[in-house]
Amino acid sequence: MTVVSIGKADARKRAWEAAAAVPDPEVPCVTVADLGILRSVEMEGDVAVARVTPTYSGCPATLAIEMAIEVALREAGFEVRIERVIAPAWTTDWITEEGREKLRAYGIAPPVDASNSVRSLFGETVVACPRCASTETERISEFGSTPCKALYRCIACKEPFDYFKCL
Amino acid sequence: MEIRDALFRQLLRLADDCLVLGHRVSEWCGHAPILEEDMAMPNMALDLIGQARSLYAYAGEVEGKGRGEDDLAYLRSDREYGNLLLVERPNGDFAQTMLRQLYFAAFMEPYWREAQASADETLAGIAGKAVKEMAYHIRHAGEWVIRMGDGTEESAQRMADAVEALAPYTDELFETDTVTQTLVAAGLAPDPASLRAEWDRTIDMVFSEARLTSPEVRYPQTGGRAGLHGEDLGHLLSDLQYMQRTYPGLNW
Repeated sequence: MTVVSIGKADARKRAWEAAAAVPDPEVPCVTVADLGILRSVEMEGDVAVARVTPTYSGCPATLAIEMAIEVALREAGFEVRIERVIAPAWTTDWITEEGREKLRAYGIAPPVDASNSVRSLFGETVVACPRCASTETERISEFGSTPCKALYRCIACKEPFDYFKCL
Repeated sequence: MEIRDALFRQLLRLADDCLVLGHRVSEWCGHAPILEEDMAMPNMALDLIGQARSLYAYAGEVEGKGRGEDDLAYLRSDREYGNLLLVERPNGDFAQTMLRQLYFAAFMEPYWREAQASADETLAGIAGKAVKEMAYHIRHAGEWVIRMGDGTEESAQRMADAVEALAPYTDELFETDTVTQTLVAAGLAPDPASLRAEWDRTIDMVFSEARLTSPEVRYPQTGGRAGLHGEDLGHLLSDLQYMQRTYPGLNW
C-alpha cells in the first residue's frame, strides 16, 4: 500500500479553500472569507487550525459560523481546531472588494466609509441605493434585521434596503 | 492590592454593568413604541450581553479557579455583583431608558477607547470591539433625548423628569478605589475619574440641543461597586438567574 503524502503547503491551501467557501449564515451571498471573519487557516501536524474573528460582540451567528467552518473542514478530511481571536477587532474595512460587490448585487449597500470615520454624535452618512445607485436615501432605523445592518429607504426608487454599517 | 485580583474585580464590574444593562434593555423587546425601536433595543442588548460574555469568560481565566462565564453570571448573588446603580434602574418610560443609555454609553465609549491601549492584550481586544458599538449607542440614545427633550410638551416633561430621576446616579461612573488605582498604576485600565470632562462635554452637547439642563446633584447615589444595590437588582437577578438556580448545571 502506498502512503500518499500531501505536501504541507498543499494541505493548507485545500483547508483554506474548504473553510473560505463557507457562507455567512445571515448574509448568505458572501462567504466568511469575503467578510474577513476567517483570518487564517494553518496546519499544525494533521490538524487544521482556523482562526475566526466575531463581527459584533453579541453577534448570535458567531457560534453558527464557527460550527459551519468546522464541519466544512471535517468534510474535507481534516482534524479541526477553531480559535476565536478578538484582537485586533474585526472591522468592515476587512470586507474584500469582491465581498462588497456581492453585497451590492444582493441588495445590501456595503459600508461606505472607513471604520475610523464612525462619529458618535450627529454624524450622517450618505449611502447609495444598491438598486438604482441614487444617493437620495434616508435612514429609517439605525438597527436593522441583524446587528451589523441599518435600515434605509431610497427616495428615488422607493425601495427600502439594508445598509451594512461601518464598524 | 495584587494586580491579578484587581484585574479580576474590574473585569467583573464591567461585565456586570454590561449584563445588567443588557438585560434591562432586552426587557423592551416586544414593548417598544415603534417597530424600528423594537429591533434597535434587542440589538443594543445583544451588544452589551456579548461584551459581558467576553468579559466574564476572561475574568474566569484571570481568577483561575475554573469558573466560566455562566458561573459568574448565574451563580453570584446581588451582593457579589459590582455593577453601577445606574444600570440596574428600572426602565421607567422610554425617556428614562434612553437617558440611562446615553449616560452609560457616553462614559463607556471613552473608557473603551482608552482601554485599547491596555497592557493586557485581551482587555484591549474586547475594548477595540466595544468602543465602536458604544459609539452607535451614544448616537441612537442622543438622537432620542434630543427628539423628546425638544419635542412636545409631554415628551419634554418626561425627559426633564428622567434627568431629575437619573442624574443622582451619574457620579458613581467616575468613582475610583484601590481596584481602579492598582490597574491605572499597572497600565491595565483607564482611570474613570479622568473621563469626566469628556462625558460632561457629550452630555452638554446633547442637552443643549434637547433644551435640558443638568441639575445640581446634592446627594449622589453610590455603592454598586461595593455590592450595595437597590432592591431592583434582586428582582432582575431572580428573572435572569431563574433557570440555573432551579436546575443547577442545566445546559441547552
